[in-house]
Amino acid sequence: MTAQTGIGARVKRKEDQRFLTGTGRYVDDLPLARATYAHFVRSPHAHAKIKSIDTSAAKAMPGVVAIFTGKDIADAKVGGLICGWVVKDKHGQPHKAPPHPVMAVDTVRYVGDTVAMVVANSHDEAKDAAEAIKIDYDVKAANVDLAKALDKGAPEVHPEAPGNLIYDWEIGVKADVDAAFAKAAHVTKIDIVNNRLIPNAMEPRAAAADYDKGTGNYTLWSTSQNPHVLRLILSAFVLGIPEHKLRVIAPDVGGGFGSKIFCYNEETMVTWAASRVGRPIKWTAERSESFQTDAHGRDHVTHAELALDKDGKFLGLRVETVANMGAYLSTFSTAVPTYLYATLLAGQYTTPLIYANVKAALTNTAPVDAYRGAGRPEATFVIESIVSKAAKELKMDPAELRRKNFIPSTAFPYQTPVALQYDSGNYPPIIDEAIKIADYKGFEARRAEAKSRGKLRGIGFSSYIEACGLGPSRVIGQLGGGVGQWESAQIKFNPTGNVQILTGAHSHGQSHETTFAQVVSDKLGVPIENIEVIHGDTATTPFGMGSYGSRSLAVGGSAIMMAADKVIAKGKKIAAHLMEASVADVVFEQGTFKVAGTDKAVPLGQAVFAAYVPHNYPLEELEPGMDENAFYDPSNFVYPAGTQICEVEVDPDTGEVEIVNFTAVDDFGNIVNPMIVEGQVHGGIVQGVGQALLENAVYDKETGQLISGSYMDYTMPRADDVPSFKLGNKVTPCPHNPLGVKGCGEAGAIAAPAAVMNAVHDALAPVGVSHVPMPATPLSVWQAINGASK
Amino acid sequence: MTIPVAMTVNGKPASGKVEARTLLVQFLREHLGMTGTHVGCDTSQCGACVVHVDGKSVKSCTMLAVQAEGAKVITIEGLAESAEKLHPMQEAFRENHALQCGFCTPGMVMSAIDMVKRHNYQLDEATVRRELEGNLCRCTGYHNIVKAILAAAPAMKSAGV
Repeated sequence: MTAQTGIGARVKRKEDQRFLTGTGRYVDDLPLARATYAHFVRSPHAHAKIKSIDTSAAKAMPGVVAIFTGKDIADAKVGGLICGWVVKDKHGQPHKAPPHPVMAVDTVRYVGDTVAMVVANSHDEAKDAAEAIKIDYDVKAANVDLAKALDKGAPEVHPEAPGNLIYDWEIGVKADVDAAFAKAAHVTKIDIVNNRLIPNAMEPRAAAADYDKGTGNYTLWSTSQNPHVLRLILSAFVLGIPEHKLRVIAPDVGGGFGSKIFCYNEETMVTWAASRVGRPIKWTAERSESFQTDAHGRDHVTHAELALDKDGKFLGLRVETVANMGAYLSTFSTAVPTYLYATLLAGQYTTPLIYANVKAALTNTAPVDAYRGAGRPEATFVIESIVSKAAKELKMDPAELRRKNFIPSTAFPYQTPVALQYDSGNYPPIIDEAIKIADYKGFEARRAEAKSRGKLRGIGFSSYIEACGLGPSRVIGQLGGGVGQWESAQIKFNPTGNVQILTGAHSHGQSHETTFAQVVSDKLGVPIENIEVIHGDTATTPFGMGSYGSRSLAVGGSAIMMAADKVIAKGKKIAAHLMEASVADVVFEQGTFKVAGTDKAVPLGQAVFAAYVPHNYPLEELEPGMDENAFYDPSNFVYPAGTQICEVEVDPDTGEVEIVNFTAVDDFGNIVNPMIVEGQVHGGIVQGVGQALLENAVYDKETGQLISGSYMDYTMPRADDVPSFKLGNKVTPCPHNPLGVKGCGEAGAIAAPAAVMNAVHDALAPVGVSHVPMPATPLSVWQAINGASK
Repeated sequence: MTIPVAMTVNGKPASGKVEARTLLVQFLREHLGMTGTHVGCDTSQCGACVVHVDGKSVKSCTMLAVQAEGAKVITIEGLAESAEKLHPMQEAFRENHALQCGFCTPGMVMSAIDMVKRHNYQLDEATVRRELEGNLCRCTGYHNIVKAILAAAPAMKSAGV
């Protein structure tokens, strides 16, 4: 049984039946009797004073139920949205925290900022009425260009953050790193822009809320990756509804990639307004609203320098980064370019000295926060770009330069100079395997063959490390995080022996309903069809932190393992009683309690039944029932690592880049379901390829208009932009969690941009091009080849 | 002002009164409560809303409900013979892990079935990738979707669907 459904098996997903037959239930699918529909009026300006709002004509439109503006919210003393991570600057001062009103009161600060909410009997009527609201704006100069955001005289986004500076933060000792540079035989320098991305989960954000006048209870259905955290924020900081009177349900959620972690204006507004309107309110973003208002990702400007000795050993790394925060600080925005970025700058290497300085800047653009990888793709792009550039400058093989500097497998646990202690890893076999799969040896022949067809062929490496499985609560607290980062689980047996696993994690594509069931099937010997995973409802599941940062299996799965251990411990006592044996003599093997050396046996199901029908049961010593809870707080992050090799062909006539081979070899520790892990890697790679070749969030630098505001303008990766992938894996089990697992959700997106861009640069080196910005669109590649970019 | 509209959806008569501007996808989701067909964008790019109208795949956000007057519409809910016997394309998606969050899946499956038929059950990888240009997926990286469609083509042929 466990061989087919346990840990390591390619179990087909339990989720698929409903998704394949159109019976999934996403927020917008909910049938709510007497529902009203909300539509938000959004700022058309990047920066303006609101002189007046006239809703009188709109209120008289057909079907309109209510209209609310920022003034209504302010009068009701609704709190602002919070940033939940306090980063202290290099002087020990907490970051600047300008207010983030749920709806703009007198100033709008980005195109899409929320100005008014119309509630009507239908969505079309709400939209029609919204057009009849008259708003008089006094348009101000906007601060849009990140490269100039901190310049003297740049338009100020918030008076609370003079000069638009949220923090000036550093890690490492600059003088020590400078001394290492003074001794260097070679210094490689790089200037990069990590392009701004829009997450684009296929299901737009949505929220629906209902208020029960009789009980005073609110229910919010939200496309959230972490319903308990959302409830906590809304209760404790924003709306003041007591936690036990607010139920948050995140049902089927169509992808998140980080963008659905955060507490947004819209779910706040529909919840607040539901009690005022007295009917349920539904809101679903149109895609253009998602483009404008979902928290964006990345958006760094970085200068980095790598010092090497004469043999190519890394001596030191210096990094200066300006990170865009947008117009307001989103929920975890401040942590992304600091603790999730600069602490990863050691990569897989023994670089002994690292200094990073990060300045976070406000601009009149949408808020920027965690997006698949969150800080780690930016760090990997810096390291893996500069290492490949150094190899080129030193005329060394890029794989060889990496190998020369890898942390040796004997050095774990390995303390990096930037705070993290890597728990485990073995990097050389990973790159060896990738080189084998990619046929690196045969590359020059392929390059020559491509040249005969007029194509420029290149190959690029990216050897990433990431810290995920967030995370040890104590460390998170020391770094300024406002929440714990444990995860919860409950294993609830029913009297007939089937099992409900309740988890505080949330699945929005990750396949927890299958993976978590495999873990329990394996551990307790219960047939997988008798196991149900329940998640996403604060009323039924234990308080949990939700899913992001590749944490669900490493942290949530560990909690499940702990709860399963409690089931076994209790079952042993019951079985000992039933078998008239000593507890110490009882062992649990493949779903059955046995007394070693005898033929006495009690299947788990029998012990469970006895626990619910305790007629022959040690009631004096043991509670009835079989329902065990666990909370697991990890002792460290987990550190997946891998190497990707990308091979491209560039058409010098058109500038078009085609990915012709893509190899990824990862170490995710032990693997519960290889099919699901491979799917995560495929999807991650394509998001990384999207960043490298296609995707770019562009604002007009004068007006702050979002130019890439639809699928007609923002290039999403499509099926014919990518090849099929060649994957491999190596295993060094995580030494500190019970499953030995590391996170796999973000790795693909973390490593891929550097692999692709290193391949593009390798392809273009023979024609004298050393740098193409991301995304390497046909236009920018053609311009680089033809010297037209300046 | 509303207009009466009547069509056949998944083999059953369906009718209602709609505004002239009501889209076919709105009629399916909001009037008939058939929420298997999804809306993922507002520019007819993502393909989450693909259904079959008189045997051809159509983005139901680009068609007015009144334009489907008298048509035979098949949605994702109408594909499987029973809960146990899925359409070969649905089965191939499951077998090949061609879906993660499930949101683009209905449109992918409906487009894929039409693609297989238009190519007379003969497809190669490059064709599948080119033909999928009207359907966006953010989760799978398309790898397993392509695999599933290639596997489903002969399965559909032998099943005679």
